[in-house]
Amino acid sequence: MSQSYRIEGKGRIDRSKPIRFTWNGRSYQGYQGDTLASALLANGVRLVGRSFKYHRPRGIMTAGSEEPNAVVQLEEGARTEPNTRATMAELYDGLTANAQNCWPSVEFDVGALNAKLSRFFPAGFYYKTFMWPAALWEPLYEKIIRRAAGMGESPEEIDPDSYAQHFAHCDVLIAGGGPAGLSAALAAGRTGARVILADEGAEFGGSLLADTVEIAGKPAADWIAETVAELTAMPEVTLLPRTTVSAYYDHNFLTLTERVTDHMGPRADDSVPRQRFWKVRAKQTILAQGAIERPLLFADNDRPGVMLASAARTYINRYGVLPGREIVVFTGNDSAYPAALDAKAAGARVEIVDLRTDPKGPLVDHARAQGIEIHAGCGITGTRGTKALHGCDVAPLSEDGKSLADEPFSIGCDCIAVAGGWNPTVHLHSQARGKLSWDDTKQCFVPGYCQWPTRSAGAGNGTFDLAGCLDEGLKAGAAAAHEAGFGKGAAPEAPAVELSEEGPARQVWIVPSDVPLGHGKKHFHDHQNDVTAADIHLAAREGYVSVEHLKRYTTTGMGTDQGKTSNVNALAVMADIRNARIPEVGTTTFRPPYVPTTFGAIGGQNRRHLFLQERTTPMHAAHVANGAVFEDVGDWKRPWYFPRDGEDMHEAVQRECRQARETCGLLDASTLGKIDIQGPDAAWFLNMMYTNKWDTLAVGKGRYGVMLNEHGMVIDDGVTTRLAENHFHMTTTTGGAARVLGMLEEWLQTEWPERQVYCTSVTEQWAVCTITGPNAKALMADLTDDIDVDPANFPFLAYRTGTVAGAPARVYRISFTGDLAYEVNVPARHGLAVWTTILERGRKHGLVQYGTETMHVLRAEKGFIIVGQDTDGTVTPMDLGMNWIVSKKKDDFIGKRSHSRSDTAREGRKQLVGIMTEDPNVVLPEGAHLVNQPGKPPIAMEGHVTSSYMSPNVGRSIALGLIKGGRDRIGDTLHAPMMDGKTVHKVTLTEPVFFDKEGKRTNG
Amino acid sequence: MAEPGVTQRLAAAGAAFTDPPAEGTVSTEPGALDAAGTRSPLSGLLGPAGGPVTFEERPFVGKLTLRGDPSNADFMAAAGKVLGTDIPTDPCRFVEHDGFRVHWIGFDNWLIHVPEGAEGPLKTKLEAALEGIHSAIVDVSDYYTVIRVQGAKARRLLQKGCPIDLHPRTFGPGQCAGTVFHHAAIFLAQTDADTDGGASYDIQIRWSFARYLWDYFVDGAREWGG
Repeated sequence: MSQSYRIEGKGRIDRSKPIRFTWNGRSYQGYQGDTLASALLANGVRLVGRSFKYHRPRGIMTAGSEEPNAVVQLEEGARTEPNTRATMAELYDGLTANAQNCWPSVEFDVGALNAKLSRFFPAGFYYKTFMWPAALWEPLYEKIIRRAAGMGESPEEIDPDSYAQHFAHCDVLIAGGGPAGLSAALAAGRTGARVILADEGAEFGGSLLADTVEIAGKPAADWIAETVAELTAMPEVTLLPRTTVSAYYDHNFLTLTERVTDHMGPRADDSVPRQRFWKVRAKQTILAQGAIERPLLFADNDRPGVMLASAARTYINRYGVLPGREIVVFTGNDSAYPAALDAKAAGARVEIVDLRTDPKGPLVDHARAQGIEIHAGCGITGTRGTKALHGCDVAPLSEDGKSLADEPFSIGCDCIAVAGGWNPTVHLHSQARGKLSWDDTKQCFVPGYCQWPTRSAGAGNGTFDLAGCLDEGLKAGAAAAHEAGFGKGAAPEAPAVELSEEGPARQVWIVPSDVPLGHGKKHFHDHQNDVTAADIHLAAREGYVSVEHLKRYTTTGMGTDQGKTSNVNALAVMADIRNARIPEVGTTTFRPPYVPTTFGAIGGQNRRHLFLQERTTPMHAAHVANGAVFEDVGDWKRPWYFPRDGEDMHEAVQRECRQARETCGLLDASTLGKIDIQGPDAAWFLNMMYTNKWDTLAVGKGRYGVMLNEHGMVIDDGVTTRLAENHFHMTTTTGGAARVLGMLEEWLQTEWPERQVYCTSVTEQWAVCTITGPNAKALMADLTDDIDVDPANFPFLAYRTGTVAGAPARVYRISFTGDLAYEVNVPARHGLAVWTTILERGRKHGLVQYGTETMHVLRAEKGFIIVGQDTDGTVTPMDLGMNWIVSKKKDDFIGKRSHSRSDTAREGRKQLVGIMTEDPNVVLPEGAHLVNQPGKPPIAMEGHVTSSYMSPNVGRSIALGLIKGGRDRIGDTLHAPMMDGKTVHKVTLTEPVFFDKEGKRTNG
Repeated sequence: MAEPGVTQRLAAAGAAFTDPPAEGTVSTEPGALDAAGTRSPLSGLLGPAGGPVTFEERPFVGKLTLRGDPSNADFMAAAGKVLGTDIPTDPCRFVEHDGFRVHWIGFDNWLIHVPEGAEGPLKTKLEAALEGIHSAIVDVSDYYTVIRVQGAKARRLLQKGCPIDLHPRTFGPGQCAGTVFHHAAIFLAQTDADTDGGASYDIQIRWSFARYLWDYFVDGAREWGG
């Protein structure tokens, strides 16, 4: 039965290129140009999946991206993709796909038991069942619900494909390349405007690809080809087939997903991205996405073989596939008649069930002339068949369409082509927060006002006739281009098309059956989520009449199709129940993306080594060569410690700490923030930014400063050096560099624009090698000839320039260890060489290179704080015991006023103290809370540990912490209960300086 | 300047101070130090050659930032005299003169690119000329490096991560902008007119972000056979 449903000589497929593919483990053949759906239909495969809740057999319902049923698992292994719409998946050689939500197979599915139990699974079933006890929500209920809600399986391996992003700008972005979109592109493109035309299909043409109409006296295909050729020749027009405009954000920012290679199937070479994610800023947009046909709500309308009439026509004309041999067209309007005629011409037996009592007009006449039987004033009251449709029951309807006027009769059929009217695709318009208005004549929502420069054209605007689409497209294109500054706004003349006169439609929102609604037969409106008209009635009875509540209670409109075929029907049913007009019921919010979008595309290249930047210092190559273990400090990779053979972190850090104090140590401090501050008001400015006085600082000298926010809390610290009368070099914490510069600029620009100060970041201009320890002086003397490094002549916090290790250097006598130390700053290009030279020259001085962990231990031994570790934005300098740094003489500085706030000035605030454990070998965990007496919670917390280390130089563990009223409690004993609930460590509060309390070592 | 032999000493220093590092931690970075004992952030890295887009580092371009009040005629005249050209006041424009390039990067802020080594003498001259006029000249030559991107796909490559409109109708030679490329702040200048649909850009990037940007370019150029 290979492709036995193909129609000889029809379709845009390439019969010279047969393609093998595998569906549910069986091999089939299709042709180049097929989708998976058309190829399955060509091979007579009707059953393609099981429904979400009841596991009912389902078939292909549409021929486009709105497909609710035929969502399949494409490919296997790392490239597997769940919820792929078979109607959009282009066939390629070797394509492999499997049905979802069924076990063990789509033919025999255990879950189908749910259908038998359906009366126990009403709308809101999960909410009602999995309520009590709450303790089981996460451990049990969620697991059950997730297992039941099968929507395909996510890949478990790393995606082997590559993706890319692309930023673009244009004058006119057109979403949809059907008759209206192509016309718009033509009109806009001819003005010379920059135009992007995107269409989700493989070919431009939209509905014309399935039509037999003529444009300007030629087949539509010729008009498409000519139009695309003209557009291709325009240098400023970008044509994007296989590209979905998936999201419309504020200010005409839209995202597009281009499927670059999906149609070729998996490739070993990933140099070309599989998908490209476009971020487009468009001056004007034209939304020409067409319309989606509405299914009719009739009893058991979900059998495999029930599909939209427009889809049936697409399969016949575009893909050369007969969707059935015995087709019943069920319609309330004329738009389904061409499908009936094309099916008849292709050899099917066709009957029409028309809701209208007296259908008339040229199309109806034509159908009758072709011998197609029309059952006027009738509706389908039921269907037969389970895994495939084999018949339906038809009965005349009462005048109000709410009941049957006579007994049903049966018609044998394997396909029902359904036409319930059209819904303009207003998704993007709505995403842009455009209003929707209900058109009573057309019985659909059409786009209304939108705050952004956008216009809709064609079927997406409710203009369903071809002549109107072409005309509207041209006018929209010309107008949009004009508003973007191109052309005069006059549209080219529309090509002539034969006017198709359509008679009036009859809308019956719920087609009655021989049994009451919800009894024995199901009127599905949302096929993907298995929601029926009866569920809407139930929701209304239980009070969920608001459309937003209705959606969440019944799940209608959710899932991968987001209710593209179901939403308006659901609203109509609710409107009927509430005896309201549809627009009064309202619509739910349309949210991006329009169709499911691969995470890979959104991420683009931003993954693996490009996911997050790794900032490295000029000395990084040496650190790597020297076996450093790195710590992430913001984006920076800083050496954490340098283990020698066999050392673990503890051993390495203890060695580094000891040696740095015994002989000398070397730290890469390049990441510290550095800001060049110049101007006549520079000293005044520093007076305002820091708590202490700066105008008194001598040129060539530095001073430690603490920076507060307006709340008086410490946010940064560092040493700033006066290079000249009006010239300062500020250093900040590594993490605070950007924030501090931003704060300086904010105050200068918003509060003190009259002040003459310029700030320039110089963080990375300088590579910084910090040499510390008793041997630092001797090592420095070996590195420089033109700087007198003797502390007697080069005092603490002074600054010198000269040549160090062959490089021009600024040397600062700054110490974060408490030992004699020199911060050697050289231009970054010299960083690696200077570092290497210092290491080499340092050998005879016992130099050890150390990382950030040892830096932390050494400063903690001296009680030096780290902003962000020992402070958390709630700590004042007084809390830190640093009253000395807060000037009492200055009129003002940032944060000063807040220090007189009652809470900031009160007794009993948390204050920085040292913490010693009774057992010197115990290193408290940082963050541990201290209590007065251990006991059963609740228990008053006295404060917490902020820094905690094993200090080889003190010979025991040391810790810093913020303790309530801590300065007055030095010597007190407190307790630190551990997380295990059993262990409690006894601790004593101390002064926060553990080493060289007299500060004798600073000058060697 | 650095002493001779430093180039070779990096590996020796590593060996001297640690036992052999664990496997996988050894740097595979090409190019340690150049003959002058200096190193640029992208030293030794080779970009794609022969394809529709090429990129290469322009190491050690001299870079000065100049701050001053454009409404102060003395400042404008003094600075312009040293540079030999009026400094631009049109936003996002740069002027070239005698090997100097002066970029507008803010209403009171300019970025000057000069050949390697010329930054020091220029800074001295500017400081002398602007004595007594509120201004700031800061040497940032080592803060950043410059990557030159050119070729038919240069614009496409930049638009993989740069959100501004680089279309010739809105951005051309003589224009410059501070912008971003994904996570990296960049400063870009179009240096040449379009030829064969391609263009040439200088991208200034912070030292520590240079490798990230470079790797992004390498990855991004792959689809054109880079």
